[in-house]
Amino acid sequence: MTAMAEAPVAAPVAADVTFRIHRYQPEFDSEPHWEEYTVPLYPTDRVLTALEKIKGEIDGSLTFRRSCGHGICGSDAMRINGRNRLACKTLVKDLDISKPITVEPIKGLPLEKDLVVDMDPFFDAYRSVMPFLITDGHEPTRERLQSAEDRARFDDGTKCILCACCTTSCPVYWTDDQYFGPAAIVAANRFIFDSRDSGAEQRLEILNEKEGVWRCRTTFNCTDACPRGIEVTKAIQEVKRALIFRRF
Amino acid sequence: MSTTAQPGPVNIPAPRSSQRSSQRSNFELYSWLFMRVSGLVLVFLVLGHLLIMNVLDGGVQRINFAFVAGRWSSPFWQVWDLLMLWLAMLHGTNGMRTIINDYAERDQTRFWLKMILYVAAGFTIILGTLVIFTFDPNIG
Ligand code: SF4
Ligand code: SF4
Ligand code: FES
Repeated sequence: MTAMAEAPVAAPVAADVTFRIHRYQPEFDSEPHWEEYTVPLYPTDRVLTALEKIKGEIDGSLTFRRSCGHGICGSDAMRINGRNRLACKTLVKDLDISKPITVEPIKGLPLEKDLVVDMDPFFDAYRSVMPFLITDGHEPTRERLQSAEDRARFDDGTKCILCACCTTSCPVYWTDDQYFGPAAIVAANRFIFDSRDSGAEQRLEILNEKEGVWRCRTTFNCTDACPRGIEVTKAIQEVKRALIFRRF
Repeated sequence: MSTTAQPGPVNIPAPRSSQRSSQRSNFELYSWLFMRVSGLVLVFLVLGHLLIMNVLDGGVQRINFAFVAGRWSSPFWQVWDLLMLWLAMLHGTNGMRTIINDYAERDQTRFWLKMILYVAAGFTIILGTLVIFTFDPNIG
């Protein structure tokens, strides 16, 4: 018992929230369709909580990916009310619950089931920019030292969790299945501007291809979508600039 | 990846092919740069053109055959108009090319749309260039 009980905190009230969820079971459905579910939720609940409630209490066949539940594994990217977000980082209080909340799979990747898409093309693009440290010369006997400024140069890109929110919000990626997509370019940027890395030339050469950075239309969809707040379009522009200054 | 023996009707869009054609060329780099540079130059050329033709002394009312003939007798205006024609046509054609690349998904559709575009652009550029160089002020 404390004497500070003058301003009582109002107990949160659960409200019924309706979700309009994209369903597609390849065994039974010939076409995807929408289904509505209503669950009681607190304003501080996440959309992921709602999906788990629906799966646990209403319809066990609802399929979606999730792992950490804390915005770090990048597995639960989906389109919520038309915007790419992580279900585990989207709170009910930030959504308009007077209308059903739509939940769809991310666009531009082959649909597998309900909210699950085939991520292989996304990771193929990621792999093709060689997202690992490439070095030459003698291997040092201690760690590769780097100044704080050199580390800060590529800091933004290191925050990527490969959730694909950016790539699947890109209008170029939706229609051009060969474009590398913003996530792969962020990964390349992270190593191109790392002072310890010496594979920049090869990566720039890859991104200079027909389906590389020049496909980007600078619409900033990717920057808006990134749940990690990475300045994705800026990372792409840095690669373009490096390519141009390398040439002239 | 095996796509055999799946139960029931499966209606999944064809997966993206993962092999990328790797052509080593700087064409896309130069075309990207060209769009920026030509865009900037065109701002001056086109605004200047509009100002001279439609606003300055007498405006659009004074334009007639003699006016055009007088202008094109000077190499300066010939070069101005030629530059404007070429830059605008190439800028526009390249923009249309990217739009076609963006939205035409079938290979055949994309090929033929681009062919129509290139023929139309080539025709306009050649015709315009011809008119500027072979303009005869005496045919009027
Ligand atoms: S800025 Fe570029 S990469 Fe990002 S969404 Fe737009 S076109 Fe795609
Ligand atoms: S850049 Fe952002 S949106 Fe794109 S994959 Fe990484 S974390 Fe996700
Ligand atoms: S569940 Fe891991 S990021 Fe959302």
